[in-house]
Amino acid sequence: MKIELTVNGEQREADVWEGESLLFALREKLGLPGSKNACEQGECGSCSVLLDGTLVCACLVLAAQADGHDVVTVEGLGATGEPHPVQEAFVEAGAVQCGFCTPGLVVATVDLLAHSPQPSEDEIREALSGNLCRCTGYAKIFDAVRLAAQ
Amino acid sequence: MSTTLPLGRVGERVKRVDGIPKTNGEFAYSSDLFAAGMLWGHTLRSPHSHARIVEIDLADALTSPGVHAVLTHEDVPGQKRYGLEFPDQPVLALDRVRYFGEPVALIAAEHPEQARRAAERIRVAYEPLEPLVDPERALEQEPLHDERWTHGHGYRDDPRPNVVRHLVIRHGDPDAEGAVSVSGVYELGIQDQAFLGPESGLAVPDGEGGVDIYVATQWLHVDRDQVAPCLGLPPERVRIHLAGVGGAFGGREDLSMQIHSALLALHTERPVKMVYNREESFVGHVHRHPARIWAEHRADADGRLVSVRMRILLDGGAYASSSTAVTSNAASFACGPYAVANALIESTCVYSNNPPCGAMRGFGAVQTCFASEAQMDKLADALGLDPVELRLRNALAPGDVLPTGQRIDGSLPVAEVIRRAAALPVPELEPLPREAIRLPGGAGNTTRGEGVRRGVGFAVGFKNIAYSEGFDDYCAARVRLREDGSAEVHCAAAEVGQGVTNVILQVARTELATDDVVLAPHTTASVDSSGSASASRMTWMAAGAVQLACRAALEERERTGGEVDVERIYRHVRTSPLDPETGQTTGERSHVAFACAAMRVVAEVDVELGLTRVVWIGTAQDVGAAVNPQAVEGQIEGGTAQGLGLALMEEIQTQGGLITNASFTDYLIPTALDMPPVESVLIEDPEPSAPYGVKGVGEPPTVVSTAAVVAALRDATGRELTRVPVRPDDIVGL
Amino acid sequence: MEVLTPRSLDEALRLKSENPQAVPIAGGTDLMVAINFDRIRPNAVLNLNEVPELRGWSRANGTLRLGAGLTYAEAMREPLAGLLPALAEASRTVGSPQIRNRGTIGGNLGTSSPAGDALPPLLVAGADVVLASVRGERRVALGEFVVGPKRNALAEDELVTAVELEPASAAETFMKVGPRNAMVIAVVSLALRAGEELRAAFGSAGPVPILVRAPRDDADAFPERVAEAAAPIDDVRGTAAYRRHALRVLTRRALDRCLA
Repeated sequence: MKIELTVNGEQREADVWEGESLLFALREKLGLPGSKNACEQGECGSCSVLLDGTLVCACLVLAAQADGHDVVTVEGLGATGEPHPVQEAFVEAGAVQCGFCTPGLVVATVDLLAHSPQPSEDEIREALSGNLCRCTGYAKIFDAVRLAAQ
Repeated sequence: MSTTLPLGRVGERVKRVDGIPKTNGEFAYSSDLFAAGMLWGHTLRSPHSHARIVEIDLADALTSPGVHAVLTHEDVPGQKRYGLEFPDQPVLALDRVRYFGEPVALIAAEHPEQARRAAERIRVAYEPLEPLVDPERALEQEPLHDERWTHGHGYRDDPRPNVVRHLVIRHGDPDAEGAVSVSGVYELGIQDQAFLGPESGLAVPDGEGGVDIYVATQWLHVDRDQVAPCLGLPPERVRIHLAGVGGAFGGREDLSMQIHSALLALHTERPVKMVYNREESFVGHVHRHPARIWAEHRADADGRLVSVRMRILLDGGAYASSSTAVTSNAASFACGPYAVANALIESTCVYSNNPPCGAMRGFGAVQTCFASEAQMDKLADALGLDPVELRLRNALAPGDVLPTGQRIDGSLPVAEVIRRAAALPVPELEPLPREAIRLPGGAGNTTRGEGVRRGVGFAVGFKNIAYSEGFDDYCAARVRLREDGSAEVHCAAAEVGQGVTNVILQVARTELATDDVVLAPHTTASVDSSGSASASRMTWMAAGAVQLACRAALEERERTGGEVDVERIYRHVRTSPLDPETGQTTGERSHVAFACAAMRVVAEVDVELGLTRVVWIGTAQDVGAAVNPQAVEGQIEGGTAQGLGLALMEEIQTQGGLITNASFTDYLIPTALDMPPVESVLIEDPEPSAPYGVKGVGEPPTVVSTAAVVAALRDATGRELTRVPVRPDDIVGL
Repeated sequence: MEVLTPRSLDEALRLKSENPQAVPIAGGTDLMVAINFDRIRPNAVLNLNEVPELRGWSRANGTLRLGAGLTYAEAMREPLAGLLPALAEASRTVGSPQIRNRGTIGGNLGTSSPAGDALPPLLVAGADVVLASVRGERRVALGEFVVGPKRNALAEDELVTAVELEPASAAETFMKVGPRNAMVIAVVSLALRAGEELRAAFGSAGPVPILVRAPRDDADAFPERVAEAAAPIDDVRGTAAYRRHALRVLTRRALDRCLA
């Protein structure tokens, strides 16, 4: 089936199998593999995107459900050659190791700071509790969020 | 915001060179690849843990829509078996499956859904066999393998069935009596590496019968050397290229989809992409060995260890993988970083129909550290001694002799890491009331302070760096120095997230005294092997190789002028095998070097519900010399998290060999609400035989943190807690 | 597979009656997992995201009506959180922020899992489930709606459209036990409301969430009664013995909280 949606401000069309997730459509049909396929069951947050401005796991959205909607992926946050401040903060703080969780965490952090520009320690932890990271033990991720909030 | 950290030299805090591409989605992981005309590969796997294959009928699958190939073992043109160390594992099941999820057939189709539907149409007639699932009974059951794959390799050729390796280390007089004796039985469940990037990659036929494989791996050349013979190709016609690696932790040492994707690509003459899903990933790689450990420690009245006796039983699962080395490592570090004059260590790994096990961060040392440190606490208790003091009295030091007879001649500041970790002030008790997420049970809102007790634990651990027991462990690097002074470095060292890319660049910048250095893509096509990104060896080895190559390039240019291109091989000091009968080193050393860590943990435990919140972790780690302190801290924090996971929640559960929790819903890893702040002190005591004095840093935190976290839980609950992960039932005493 | 996307409730009900096998999807937090892991391949999926009548909540004559499409994130927000505090607390324990933004109360009812986090607080609140079809609308008490593990009283042409209940008139709370401190399926959960009557409902300790009632004066014996009402099993998430034990502890703590 055909779906039409806005991705990172651009009007896009994709031909999807009806059972495909938005994640698969973004990665394999729309050339946007930045959202990651770590668990595909809503447990890791690595596929986090903004759907009509709301933070969601793209793996749990049926691609067809995104028809007519607005999606922002990690690729849509910074401009070419001009990283988003959250992206810079992650690199600066050493919050990136293998990096597979990073795009999801960046999107979740952008969402957190949009709602709460100066989040407390507890707020950061709870807001990011759905984004699993296996490499860092999270400490430097929290540093990155605090740095980005400055 | 400004970016203040420079792209630096050795010893500086340096931003990751792959940092920005990893934050904006540009970095291409092995599951992100695309090629025009590519097909999707899919693996049909065994639903049984042990069965005979009577018949495979492909007729319906072959005519299924979108299908381009359906392959079985009959389509493997070369060797039918492969293995990291012993070729005991079929590329595709021959006549028997030995574990749940073993690959049986492959499909290539235009869409993954078409491949899945075709897989459903393959009819495999299985005759289920009784699975061997209790490792304690493995030695008295029918052998799972017809051949003795691990015999004839210099280990003790144990005649009993299903022995992967049996090693006895006998040191001094193990019967020596002490004033006190403590004993215990300890158990560890199966831990999964749970790297986030699932097994995946892309195989592209080159049109001339060869193939290029883009994959996430820890060791490109050893992949090639396993893949090529199975494809019936000479090694140079199989080129393996490193795609972005979404974590490894040992789980990518063995092959997963490499041969499979290449078979499909060569068969269809189309690029083939394979991506495991999370459920498949749980059967797609080896795990940390589950273990049962019986230990007895004897000490004199002053708390000096007199004798350690330990029996270690590891369940290797269906295939050997790196089990022989894990068996030996578990034994080597069984006594902990303590001087012991007398020891008897017996370490046995068996085959079973449980999930295959192999490398995971800590590699055998995690298991015995958990047992050994529990024993040290028991000993302290029996002697009425402070646990830290007891450890200090027994701390190993350079010049001491290990139970294998090896004398420690490099750096090993055990006493210092103990003192520094013990000196870190623990945080004060937080007053109540608190937010739910600052209490055990977290977001579950289960307590407002009721039942909560605080405990403090301490543990020390150590582990070897690099490969041991006589393995020819080397790393190559190639440097092209152009006339304009810029340089291109080739090194196949796998960037698995640990930051070796930066290490290579930092070394090259330091040695060549220029910032104008780039690292060429990691591939088997342009440089010799780097060895594995394993065993805490890659920083040391890559630094050594790049340093050698850079210095050689400078000399060469001095001599010839113009552009130079040199490749050099770096080797660490040679090691020797252990004597198969006595477990004593047959040369000067069996291990290259060691690194140690001490850790202090504060935990709060809801003793009525059995739930835990780790409040704070402080650690001092022997790091040799930190190439990039920020990356070292990151390794310590991340390695600690994996050990905490094993202590509290991580276990692959099985029933009759079938995995019952193959998902991130039921295999739990620590979240942002489970990890406390980690305060780390880096002890820089340079390793004399290493380039720049570096040591590997990835494993010691994982070795020690499981033991340290459980020690805190014991302190809070007063219970023995002899099994990890500790279950709520164990804490409440059900 | 076919995806049906109605734009109104009438259209949704018509499509459901024409395609009774169509599986409803809202937040996708259950169904998409099953689809992604090849556990089900429905002939048709009924996408309820575009049905405005299912969204939000309202209050009329003192009764609250929660649309089936109400998300957990919305249930955590004031003023609704103040009207139904246990539901808000339960919602905070559901998955992650991403899941709470997407998952719906209606989905939790439709799935009817014994571990459904919204079910215990709705049970103690005496909620009715509103079911609709082209044949009309009916109300079923929640306790009668869930009839077994992942089985409920929905006819094949019906959809869950709302839940109706009274705002909390007495102290209430919700607690959920899991082996880590966020992102868990309940090993066992408990909602308690302490009014004239004590009402406790638990999840993951029997084939369906169960409501247990007792006079307020029987508070001392109540934890034992709740534990005895459970019919837990051993599974990968926990043991039956632990679940029963934990229910006793949770009930006592919940009573302390609500009767304080």
